[in-house]
Parts: sequence; C-alpha cells; structure tokens
Amino acid sequence: MTVESLYPRLEPLLAQVQKPIQYVGGELNAQVKPWDDVAVHWALMYPDAYEVGLPNQGLMILYEVLNERPDALAERTYAVWPDLAGLMREHGVGQFTVDAHRPVREFDLLGVSFATELGYTNLLEALDLAGVPLHAVDRDESHPVVVAGGHAAFNPEPVSDFVDCAVLGDGEQVVGDITDVVAAWKEQGRPGGRVELLARLSRVDGVYVPRFYAVSYAADGTIAEVRRTRDDVPARVGKRTVMDLDEWPYPKQPLVPLAESVHERMSVEIFRGCTRGCRFCQAGMITRPVRERTITGIGSMVDAGLKATGYEEVGLLSLSSADHSEIGQLAKELADRYEGTNTGLSLPSTRVDAFNVTLANELSRNGRRSGLTFAPEGGSERIRRVINKTVSKEDLVRTVTTAYANGWRQVKLYFMCGLPTETDEDVLEIAELAVEVIRAGREASGTKDIRCTVSIGGFVPKPHTPFQWAAQASAETIDHRLRILREAINADRRIGRSIGLRYHDGKPGVIEGLLSRGDRRVGRVIERVWRDGGHFDGWSEHFSYDRWQTAAAEELAAFGLDLAWYTTRERTEHEVLPWDHLDSGLDKEWLWDDWQDAISEDEVGDCRWTGCYDCGVCPTMGTDIQIGPTGRSLLPLTPVNR
Amino acid sequence: MARTPDGPPPPPTVQKLRLRYTKRGPLRFASHRDLARALERALRRAQVPMAFSAGFSPHPKISYMGAAPTGTASEAEYFEIGLSARRDPEQVRAALDASLPPGIDVLECVEAVEGNGSLADRLDATRWRIDLPGVDADELSAAVQTFLAHEVVLVAKRTKNGTKDVDARAAVVSAAVSVEAGCAILLLVVRQLTPTVRPDDVMAALAAVADLHPPLPARAVREAQGRLDDSGDVADPLGPDRVASSRCQGEPAQV
Repeated sequence: MTVESLYPRLEPLLAQVQKPIQYVGGELNAQVKPWDDVAVHWALMYPDAYEVGLPNQGLMILYEVLNERPDALAERTYAVWPDLAGLMREHGVGQFTVDAHRPVREFDLLGVSFATELGYTNLLEALDLAGVPLHAVDRDESHPVVVAGGHAAFNPEPVSDFVDCAVLGDGEQVVGDITDVVAAWKEQGRPGGRVELLARLSRVDGVYVPRFYAVSYAADGTIAEVRRTRDDVPARVGKRTVMDLDEWPYPKQPLVPLAESVHERMSVEIFRGCTRGCRFCQAGMITRPVRERTITGIGSMVDAGLKATGYEEVGLLSLSSADHSEIGQLAKELADRYEGTNTGLSLPSTRVDAFNVTLANELSRNGRRSGLTFAPEGGSERIRRVINKTVSKEDLVRTVTTAYANGWRQVKLYFMCGLPTETDEDVLEIAELAVEVIRAGREASGTKDIRCTVSIGGFVPKPHTPFQWAAQASAETIDHRLRILREAINADRRIGRSIGLRYHDGKPGVIEGLLSRGDRRVGRVIERVWRDGGHFDGWSEHFSYDRWQTAAAEELAAFGLDLAWYTTRERTEHEVLPWDHLDSGLDKEWLWDDWQDAISEDEVGDCRWTGCYDCGVCPTMGTDIQIGPTGRSLLPLTPVNR
Repeated sequence: MARTPDGPPPPPTVQKLRLRYTKRGPLRFASHRDLARALERALRRAQVPMAFSAGFSPHPKISYMGAAPTGTASEAEYFEIGLSARRDPEQVRAALDASLPPGIDVLECVEAVEGNGSLADRLDATRWRIDLPGVDADELSAAVQTFLAHEVVLVAKRTKNGTKDVDARAAVVSAAVSVEAGCAILLLVVRQLTPTVRPDDVMAALAAVADLHPPLPARAVREAQGRLDDSGDVADPLGPDRVASSRCQGEPAQV
C-alpha cells in the first residue's frame, strides 16, 4: 500500500501561515525512504513547535538508529501552530511528517518524546489532527501504536488513556526490539489484533502497557493498589540502560534545519547519567549510572558532526559536563584542534567551581565568548545542603569573580524557588549573593561593564526523586518570594542596575506539578483542557492557568479531589505512588532515607568518588559505572579553513 | 578599556566573489534569514576559506542583497563573499552547490572586479513571473490594462510600524499576460524602490482596481534581478565582472 504525500494539498495553506519553512522538511541530513521498502513505519513526534523539537537529541538519535535498519523507516512530526492547524481542519489535511509529508495516521507507530509534561495537550491535538482516536481503547489495528518516551514517561499515568505504551529509559535499543515485535506481528498477519500486539510489546523489556494494569483507590483518594490484569505482563516494568556509549555514536549526521531553532549548534553527549545526587533533579536520578563516552569517541563525533553540519559551535552535552573524567584534557585538545577555525565549544550549565572558569576560557578560545552560566540552584548554604548541591558562599563569589577577572562580562546564575523547607530568608540570600558578586566582580575586572543575570524558577517535585513526597510550594508562595527578591535586588540601584532578574510566575509550575505527580484520574483534566482549546502549554502566550484550574476543579471533583491534593499535599512514607510499579532502579527506601536526610540537611557524596551508597540502581539493573580516564588523547586533524 | 582578543588579527580579504543562487520548490518558504544561515553553514561544510571580521564575535564577510520575499521562489538571488585565500570561482560554485540542500542551487560565481561598482547598485529591478492557476487569461489581461491605465494605485501594506499605503503602480515598469499549459501567467518588471513593491502588492492592486480575486494562491518566481536597461528589461548584474575578468591584462575597463 503506497501512502500519498500530503504536500500538494498542504502547500497552498503554507502561503497563509507564519514561518512556513518549519513545515516543509528538507533539512540537511534528513532522510526519506520508500514506504513499500520497509515493514515498519515510525512517526517520531516532539510535542512542541518545530523550533524547539528539531534540535532534540533523543529524537534525532532514534531517527537515525531506526532509519539505519533496512526493515524500518522513521519520519518526524512536530506540533502544528494554531494558524496552520485551523487551515488543516478546514481543508481536511491531517497531521503530517515533515520528511515526506506522509499522514501520521498511516504509520505503524507514533513515538512521542516527552521532555516535559507540558507537551501532553499537544499530543492530543496531534492525534486529533491525525484522525487517530484520542483514547487508546478506541483504536484498532489500522491505527498507529502510540508510544510515549522521554523523562516524563517515568510517570505516564496522567496520559495512560491516550498512549498505548510508555518506554522507560534509554531508547536506542528498545526501539529496535519494538520494531522486531511489530514486524513479526505484521508478517504473521496481525494475529490477535491490536490487543495481542500490545501484549507482545508489554513483554519487551522497558515497555509498559497501561491497559494491562488496573488501579484501585482507597477512600481517602490515595491509590490502594496497582494490579496487573494479565499474568504474562511484568508486575513491575524496569527501565532500559544503554551501556558503552562509544558503541552508539549518535547522532552521526545531526539534522540542520533551514529555520531558526532554539539551539543553533550541534551537540555531542559526552556522558549519560549523573550521581551528584541533587535531590530535586529527576534526570540525575532516573539516568543512573554514569556512562562516559571516551575522549577519543567524543573527538571523532565532534569531527564527523562538524563536517556533516557546518555548525560553528559544538555543545558538550551531559547533566554536569565538567564532571567528565577527561574534561580538562578534552577541552584543551579540542581547542587546539580547532584553533583558527572560528569553531566555538561550549559546556551548557556548569557547576560552581573555579575549574569551570578555566575550562570555559579554554573552550571559548576559538569562538565567540558569550556568557558563563552557573547553577547554584539554592540561595542559601542551608538550602543547598537540603538539595545536596553544596557550595559555600565564598566559593561561589570567588568563582564568579574569577570569571569576570578573566574577561567574561555576562554571568548567569540559575536558582530555584519553593524548595522543601525553604523560607523567605533563603531566597533573599540570592539578592545578597548577586550584590556581592557584582561588587567583587567590578573590583576584580576594573570595570563597571559587567552583568549578572539571576534566573529563577519555581521548583516542581518529580517522581523517582527524594522530593517525590514533598509538598510543592503554592503559586502564591512562589510569587511572594519572587516579589521580595526583586525588591531586594533593586534596593540599591547602583548595584541593582548590573543585575538582571529573569523569572517565571508560579502558576505554570503548579500545573506541571499536577501532571508530574498525577495519576490516571488526571487524564480527564488534560482532555478537558485540550477540548477547551488548550495547547502549547510551555508557551506563556498560550498557557492559560484559568483554563487548567477550571478543568481541574470540575473534573477532579468527581473523585473528591482537587489541584492542591496533587500539588501542595505532602505524601506519607507508605502511600502508594502512581509510579511505584515503574522501576527506575532506585530503591524506594533509599529515596525515603535521602528525603529524611534532606530535611535534616545531611549531605550525600557522589558514588564515583566516595563509594557506593546503595541507591539500588546498579544491582537492580545489572549495570555499573563506566568512567575514565582512558589515558588516550586526541590526534590532531588535518587543518581545515586556515 | 577596550578589550581585544588574544592573538593576531584575522587574515584580510584577498578575493571577493559574487554568486547567484536559486530558491526553488518547497524552499520558497525560506525567509532571507533562513537562507543566510543555510549559506553560511554550507560555506563551512564546503571549506571555503572565508575572511572573518575582527573582535570577540568574528563574523564571516558576507553581504546579502535584495532577498525575494518569503513564499516566492527565485532564480536570481545574489550574495557576495570575501575570502582569505584565493580560489577558482567555478570550484567554489561547485563545492558550495554540492553542500546546499536541493532547491538552493548556486548557478554562477564570478570574481568581483575592483572599481567596477558595487553589486547592490546593479540590482534595481526584478522580472517576476506569477502563475495564477484558476484565473481566466482574458479577465487577467483586462485587469492588467485597467491597472496600467491608473497613475497611482494605493494598497495597504503591513510594515513594522503598522499598516501603510504604498503605490503599487509607480514601481511597475511593464506588465504582460501569457498562458502556459492552461494557466494564466502575469509577467512583471518591477523597480526595487523603498518600500519594496512585491508580487502580492500587485495582486492586491489588481483586486482593488479590477476586482480580480484568484481562487488559488498565486505562485511568484523572480526570474531575473538586475539593472533596468533601456529596453525596459533587466540586465545581468554579474555581466560587468564577467566582462572585466575575461578581458586581456592591461586592457581598459569598459563602463
């Protein structure tokens, strides 16, 4: 069965919309394979605008891994802006892929990567535009299997009505396993229909099929039990972990869009996982253990990627890039290699220590020296002990001052507000810190031409972290603390004018909190919001708190629950959490102990250097830390562009 | 205290090349900024030895000019680059063309000759071809005659500072109608004034004076861009450079 391109019908509509280039595809390194040459067709969706979704590493990796298989093809699709969505409905054009403009409806699988829960309404919009029934139970064999992945998939319960499966953990290998299952089922003539396919998928390691698990609730609204409804599905679903990243050097051919995107650079992931143990950080908890790419593996990915893309900046990506065991040597040798080529290297969001300034100096040798970013996260030393991100005030000021003294003019500091046990005083210390940083920085650099930007957002407790039991701060609390912080920063104009404050109000965080720690009952709220016109919830101009609040009040009332129950309520030790049957490898008792340690301001070390503290991941998952140093070094390349 | 980067200043420009390229097919939806990004990245992939500006934010020496509007195709877009090492223009053309996505095709590359005037000065008019599927050719001809008979036709144009009335008539040097494969085609020669009169402005003018409303979106292609010659057509803007570089050494330049 050949599938027709929707492009001829789409093209006349594109003349009438904003930024039409985002819908035409044709990116450098994009691939289009003949439909009939392969058994299994994947549509991969990033549920946000093209400019946000295109640079997403996860999607790019899976796109390449799948297209390398002779029996599969993968195409990409993104959230369509309302102007085009309206025209598509009017003219009967369905959700399409940007590669060959094939209708999403015709694919075997629709993989959706949820980096954040705020993409949920965009999934519903895409399903509706595609002509795929919103509810998984209403789909038949002709509809794509909707598979959720990404960090938010570690609690897919709020979207369990809408997805057929959720995949936990690294995607590189599991997409192959899923492809094998679908190919075999189609080859055999689709025995047992969609239910049999889902049953087979549920036996793939890392794949969770919500419909095979029943949830019952206690009188107080908490979950009484999550029970599997078939014997042949696992009682608990564990995450997937890719070991030896050098074996998976993806993306090899990063996509380069014509349209502007949020990351105008290519990225190389230098390691995966983090064991710093920051208690707020879901990514650091669910991606354990640390697996480093070797210095030579990174070197060849940077080289191949630059040749394939023509980008002038390379981001060395990970959760805490300065922690790579060979980072110093890597920075120096990469900078040597690209000397004189106007190629910039960058480390996104670094930890606060002086070594990072040295690194940043090295990395910016050949490219543009923009700003430096540090993430102390907590305003006071006390709160930094609570979140286990310990750095003294003196070290912080010294590090930032060193940056100014080294010619950096712009330093950005990331903080969170609304952390467990936080008081107004903890937040006000951010202002003191910023003032001190500017005073010391002016002195060290000999100029008043320096700036410090304080970027602060409300903390949202996430599943599979020690803070999963915590009461989220209310929007009022967040907004109050942001207001007193702003007043404190502006108290002395002579200093305050060198300090920028960037913040988001507390309301979107409350909704993110509802979706993060929600259970299956929250699905009704999501559906209601979408039906009332909600989508692009990550965009302040589209997000409507009122719409969410109304939908939550009305839909949750049937269960005797409300928004506060899901967000500002502290959970007790033995409460069944909606994601307890989904296994990130972390031992729940260890998480609870770490939560208690947080409250008593006790810190925990990093298992890479201080020994194992039994978080549970390695023994449960059969994995181990993979770090260097390897003792190898980068060979110089033949010079180009001299 | 002015800061300067460590190390020697970047190598100077030793050669200027002028290039003509297209935007075809779906890439007509690319904006001038999208094209600039694509060209800069392709220059890096093709390892063209670009000259860079000095300072902490070095930029490659590229000048873009007269970009066709988003949504219109073009056979005649131009830009100029400065190189830090001399290269054969034809080799640069081929390497750059191979590095660009299909639809952005580099058709010509010539060396700029000093003292021959700037390329931007030679781009003062465009020949447009506008395909109007579903429009009756006779009706179109009548509308064009009505339009040409007017001295001034004001159309509302959206600008950065709100809506502004622009005279769509004054910029139009000539307008003719033909038919190809059953589709009515409007051929225009338009002066590039400020503010620019674009194909959609002329279509708005036809709607205003003759109530012409195409049932399907018009498809415009910039077929040529250059100096308006005496015959009312558009001259090849790279002509002077081509002539200059092909003449014998010591021969005086023609103007």
